[in-house]
Parts: sequence; structure tokens; C-alpha cells
Amino acid sequence: MLSKDKQALAGLRIIDLSQIFAGPYATKLLADMGAETIRVECAARSGRGGALPRMKPGGAFGASFPDGDTGERSYNRFAYYNEVNRNKYAITLDLTKPLGVEVFKRLVRISDVVVESFTPRVMKNFGLDYPVLRETNPQIIMISLSGYGQDGPYRDYVTYGEGIEAMVGLSQLTAYPDGEPLKPGVAYADATSGLHAAFAILAALRYRRLSGKGQYIDLAMREAVTPILGEAIMDYAMNKRAAKPMGNRHPLMAPHGCYRAQGRGRKGGENEKGVGENQKEGAWIAIAISSDEEWRSFCRAMGDPLWTRDEKFASRSGRLANREELDRLIEEWTSGYDHIELMNMLQGSGIKAGAVLNIAELAHDPHLNERGFFEELSHPEAGTHRYPGISWRMSRTPGRLRLPAPCFGEHNRFIFGELLGMSDEEVSRLADEGVSASEPLPYLEA
Amino acid sequence: MPHQALSGLVALDLSENISGPYSTKLLADYGAEVIKIEKPPLGDSSRRAGPFPNDQPDPEKSGLFLFLNTNKKSITLNLESEGGAQIFNRLVERADILVENFRPGAMASVGLDYEVLAEINPALIMTSISYFGQWGPYRDWDGSDIIAQAMGGLMGLTGEADREPLKLPLSQAEFQAGLNAAVATLSALYFRDETGEGQHVDISLQEAVASILEASVTIYSYSGFLRGRMGSRNHLQCPSRVMPAKDRFIHVQAGANWDHFSTFLQAPQLMEPRFASILRYHYADEVERLIQPWLEKHEAGEIFATGQEWRIPFALVLGIDELIADPQYEARGFFQEVEHPLAGRLVYPGAPFRMSETPAEARRAPLLGEHNEQVYIGVLGLSKDNLTDLSEQGII
Repeated sequence: MLSKDKQALAGLRIIDLSQIFAGPYATKLLADMGAETIRVECAARSGRGGALPRMKPGGAFGASFPDGDTGERSYNRFAYYNEVNRNKYAITLDLTKPLGVEVFKRLVRISDVVVESFTPRVMKNFGLDYPVLRETNPQIIMISLSGYGQDGPYRDYVTYGEGIEAMVGLSQLTAYPDGEPLKPGVAYADATSGLHAAFAILAALRYRRLSGKGQYIDLAMREAVTPILGEAIMDYAMNKRAAKPMGNRHPLMAPHGCYRAQGRGRKGGENEKGVGENQKEGAWIAIAISSDEEWRSFCRAMGDPLWTRDEKFASRSGRLANREELDRLIEEWTSGYDHIELMNMLQGSGIKAGAVLNIAELAHDPHLNERGFFEELSHPEAGTHRYPGISWRMSRTPGRLRLPAPCFGEHNRFIFGELLGMSDEEVSRLADEGVSASEPLPYLEA
Repeated sequence: MPHQALSGLVALDLSENISGPYSTKLLADYGAEVIKIEKPPLGDSSRRAGPFPNDQPDPEKSGLFLFLNTNKKSITLNLESEGGAQIFNRLVERADILVENFRPGAMASVGLDYEVLAEINPALIMTSISYFGQWGPYRDWDGSDIIAQAMGGLMGLTGEADREPLKLPLSQAEFQAGLNAAVATLSALYFRDETGEGQHVDISLQEAVASILEASVTIYSYSGFLRGRMGSRNHLQCPSRVMPAKDRFIHVQAGANWDHFSTFLQAPQLMEPRFASILRYHYADEVERLIQPWLEKHEAGEIFATGQEWRIPFALVLGIDELIADPQYEARGFFQEVEHPLAGRLVYPGAPFRMSETPAEARRAPLLGEHNEQVYIGVLGLSKDNLTDLSEQGII
């Protein structure tokens, strides 16, 4: 390895059995930092949506394939999989077969961490629960991500991240003040659980470094997501008061909200090839004013219109009490300006203002690009595209996108042959007996 | 033998409000010695944020502060005073980790930027959290949670298509940054334990948010498609949304077997071939119209319990007031009672994950400057008289 390309987690080996998003997000963070991450997939559960016939299905799903085309091997071209599994290797093993289990154990012997996100009974059914893995490798760290945890009455309940968002109170609070419960527009519970899982793995590794001991980590997504609602839970504990949706309002700041603007210079939409779910989304700017001093700066930036001199807006308590009127007056002003130009102008006056960036604007944001947040990767079946890169900057071990997401079974020969030292005959036998599949089963839901 | 996962680590925490304190809460709950350094006389701004018992403001009773600072120590120190920076440097000599979330350039302005601190302690990991990062054109811009949610791309994807973009509740960009800081810091620690080399970690709230947009950016680069706001609908799965049942809202999702779902809902019309695959999202309005009548005839609790017996992933849309008594949290003992000398005995959210060998612990947050004597006298060897002088000079 070149010294200029130091990786924080070089030398660490992770086996990743996890599916969909939460577990793969955890291992993405570690793989980005240089951990050698080997995804173990099988024909029935590829984590890639299975094999689809070639088509151009349209909508958000169709758009998840390069040029809207599922291609010959859809499972190697799926955006959801390819974004979160870059920097990883992939092999195929059928763990319902004894030979698959045997090969898996050989891998466990030379690895540091096993990550899985099945419902709680599955690993035991494979004969690969923690007591077995510990016997195979006493230093192994195993983490199980599940919806509700490895015990308790909901242990076997099925859920996705959105169900968890509902069950922790997040959906109820993600709403307009007068509206019905909605939910975050992205897989928020999955990402939040994945981040906690990555932290848990690194904490267990630190303990192993000092004690020589591995351990088992039980991460219930619901429990990992609950702390982000901490202050609302404390309010209930203290005052028996259940938080209500506040939309874009803030308990202590006014003005605080999202205001209509023009999108004149907007990228995407009609200006580019971009076609989206919602062509009428409009252009918006978020503004947050936390002190009377900031309020006066904001009034100056607006050119001190007469209404701002009204006494009722002079103090924070007055602005909070009259925020509906305040928001309306501000929006009359913002709606004459381009959201990006307005952001630049207000920030230049020291005001907390941010354009609501759509995905095209985010991808072209000058600041994120200056910081090298997006990186280009060439994938043998998906082509050359830009992806969100490393989530943070590190001075000595910056990390980068080294490898495109693996194709299904791409590293079978490398991992079985080079890493486990199996002979060509043994590797062929895995394929012949259907232990290592070369393509996923046809598409089934989820 | 260490008894917690991060026992033996010393982290200095200069951060305030949410992002930095959540990262050091994770370190402290799992065993690190976290010394919170608060600026006299007021300390961490979250002490003034509330919620407070009976809405009576008290810097020792803020719910946000109490929750975010469990298991930490608190000392007071004014870094802007000359003596303050010297004392701080002596603490840096002994520390593994330093976390701060001042505006970029603030540490340098008091002569405590990474380059200076690395000379004192080359193995130090310094983690800086800010809205836009330590460099780049927006470096000096001001932010807040809603600004980071807007500029990170999350807000444009949340809310109804025909209404204004909606921010996630409370301070989610701050929590995301705190989580990123915690993971990045332990990654840097792993590298330091291997090589002895410390480093500077730069966390931006905007990037923390832009990292969790599912595949939105990748989809845009693959096909030019712009994801937008869809209310409570899912971009790929149909149905997957919050819908009204007879008595309250429920989250409806079909799961892996569509026929099974259709049978459960006694809705044979759903078995039409055009609804059979994932592409039924093209007919989302129709699908939801076929589901709604059955939902309205049944109570959410019954749908949830019976649906789960059928292995259909229904979920209840719970309010915050329904969490503490929830049977699953209760069976696992998730919520923890913590005693505090001024705020009293309260229920706190517990550990986000369970470690078989090294569980998290739940000790109360510190009073402002509670550990001044323990740290200044016990660790740095100052005298009581020194402490009195420092206090009179406003340094501690």
C-alpha cells in the first residue's frame, strides 16, 4: 500500500451478511475507511432486487438503473445497491447447505467482524449464531441488526425502516403543524441505525484490542433511533407533555421556516435531462433568526420595509407570538428572488439562510464540490457515474472510493481461491453444487 | 482489564448544544472518561434550552442537557483567557480525543488549532464539527439545524409535493453530525492504536445530511431523475405509507408477499395482474383506495397484532407519550431511570445497542464545574488556592 493512501481501518476484515440499507450503510462507513468488507450473498437473497427481465420500467424504480434500463443483469445496475456497497467485495454462499456453512466458518476464522440483519431466528437456523461463531473464532465480533431486538414480545415482528420511524414517534412528528403524520423523505431509521452499528463495531474492536475478547452486539433499530428524539422524551418524562408536530417552526426562534422563492437559475428540471417525481416543487429558502441582533440584520438585508418597524416584531417573544403574520410578510419578500442568489446575499449579511437544494443543485453545489464530496467511479456494468463520497474529511487517512460496488459473485474466485486457499477443484465444486451461485433468482418482492 | 468498551480513553469535550455532545455521550456511555469543558459562567448553551420541569428554567435541569451529557464530568474553563489556554494544553497532553463544535477558525483565534495541539500531543485525535466544514467557500457561513437539512438535500425530499418542504422534527442534522463524528473519531482511534499517529477530523452537518439521501444522488447520475417530495409514500414500494385505521393512524406496508397481503385485507381486486409487481407504484392512488375501506373497519392495534401474525410489516404511528409504557421497550428494559440531585429521578432513553461483554452505563449528567477539584487538583496537581485565584480571575 502506498503511504500516501493510508486507510484508517486497513487490516480489518468484515463479513457482511446484511440486507437492504441499515447494515450495508454501517459497513459502507467502515469500508470507506479501508476495512476489507466481504458481502456474502445468495441467489434467493441477493440484496439487489433479484434478476429482472430487461425493461425500462419508468418512475423512480426505473430511474434507479443507468439510463432507466435494467440491462442484461439488473442486479449489477441497481442504484440503491451500488451506492451503499462501493468499496466492498461480494461472494455468493448458500448458507442453507452444509458446504456453504463450512466455507462461511473458514471465512469467520480469518475475519474480525460479522454483520447480519436477518430476523432473529435465521442465523440460528443456519447453525451460525453467536455461540457457534465464537467457538469458530473466539475473537470474533458479531453484530445483529433487527427491527425490535433479539428478545421481547416483538422479537419476531417484521418491519422495515419506515415501520421503525412510526414506532418511535418520528412519523407522528414529521408533519406540518396542522397535518397528518408523514415521514422522513429518505430511509432515516436505516441510516441512523447503520451509524450506531458502525460505532458499536469500532467500540467492540477497541475493547478487543485491550482485552483480547470478542463479543456479541444486539442492535434493535427501534432502540438506536429513539435517542434522536431525546429532548421530546425528556419533556414527557418531566412534564407528561407529548410533543406535537411543529412543521418548520422552532420553539425559540422566529422567524424560522421555509419560504417560497424563485428558481430562475435552477439546474435540473427543464434546463437539463432531469425529469422528476414532482415538477411543481417550486424553489424555497430556509431562514432561521435566533436573536434580536440577527433580526435587525435581516431587516436591513430586506431593505428595512415599513412593516419591520412594527413594535410587535421587535422582540423575540413578539415575533414568536406573531409568527404567522411574520412568515407571510417575509414570504412576500423572498418570493421575488432566486433562492440561490437570496442565500448568497443573506449569508453575506451574516444571516442563517439556506436554499432548499434539490438533488441536481446538491450534486452541483460549489461548496460540496470544492470539498470533493462527490466522487466518480467506473462500474463494469453500470458505467461511469458520480456518487456521494466519504462522509467526512480526515487529515491523515482521508479515504476515497477505491472500488465500484461488486457484481453478483464477482469475488468468488478471489476470496475462495486467494484468501481461503481453496483449489480450483474446490471452487468449481462450490459452483457445481449450487453453493456459490452465479446469478440471483428472478425478481421477487423485497 | 477494562470493564467497558472504551474504558481508559480520555476525551476532552469543548462542544456544546447537540452535535458534539451526542458524539461524546456515545463515548461516555460506553466507558470513555469524557471531560466536558464549559465556558464560565453559563456553560453549555443546552443548559438554557430546556425542556425544564414545570417550564421553570434552571441550568441544572434542562432535559436536553441532562440527556446529552450522561456519564460525563464537567469543568469550567475560559479558553479566551491566557491562563485558560495554558491549563487546557496541560489537559491536551493527557487526552486521546478532543471534540469541538465552534465556528471554523475559533480554535485558531485562541491559538489552539490542530497544528498547535498536535505538537503538544501528536497522538491526539481532534474532531471538529461545524455546519459546512473547516474549509471551502461556505466555511464561514452561519447555520442551524433547518439550514443544514435544507442544504443537505433532506428537506427538499420531505413533505407533501404541493406544499413547502418540511424539516425533520427536533434537531436531526445535529444528531447526524454527532453520529458521524463518533464513527469518524473511533476510526481515527483505530488508526492511532495501530500507528501512534493522531489526526484532525472535519465533520460538516451539510455533508452528514447529504450522506443519507438513500440513492437520490446516484439515481440522478444514473438517469437524470430528480426525486421529489411524496408525503408519506415511499419512492419504490407501494403501498408504504401512513393511513388512517378506524381509531388512529397506522403505517401500512405490504412486505414480501403481495397475495398474502391482499388475502389479509380481504381485497381480491388487489390481485389484478397489473398490481402484481413492484411496478404497482404507477397505480398508487388506486391501490390505496382499495385498501382504505378495510383499514377503516379495523382498529390499528388489532391490525398491527394480527398483521404481524401473518408476517405483514404493519407498524403503529405512536406518539412520544406512548413509548415508555410500550411492551417491547419495557420487556427489554430500554428506558432507564436516572437520579439527579437537582432534577430528580427521571426516565431517560437507554442504550442504542447492547454489548454482551461491555454494556453501556447510565450515570447522571454533571453539574456545572462539578469536577473542577477532581480534575484541576487531582489530575493537574493545582492547589486549592490556585483554584480560588483562577475562579476570581474568571478563568474557571
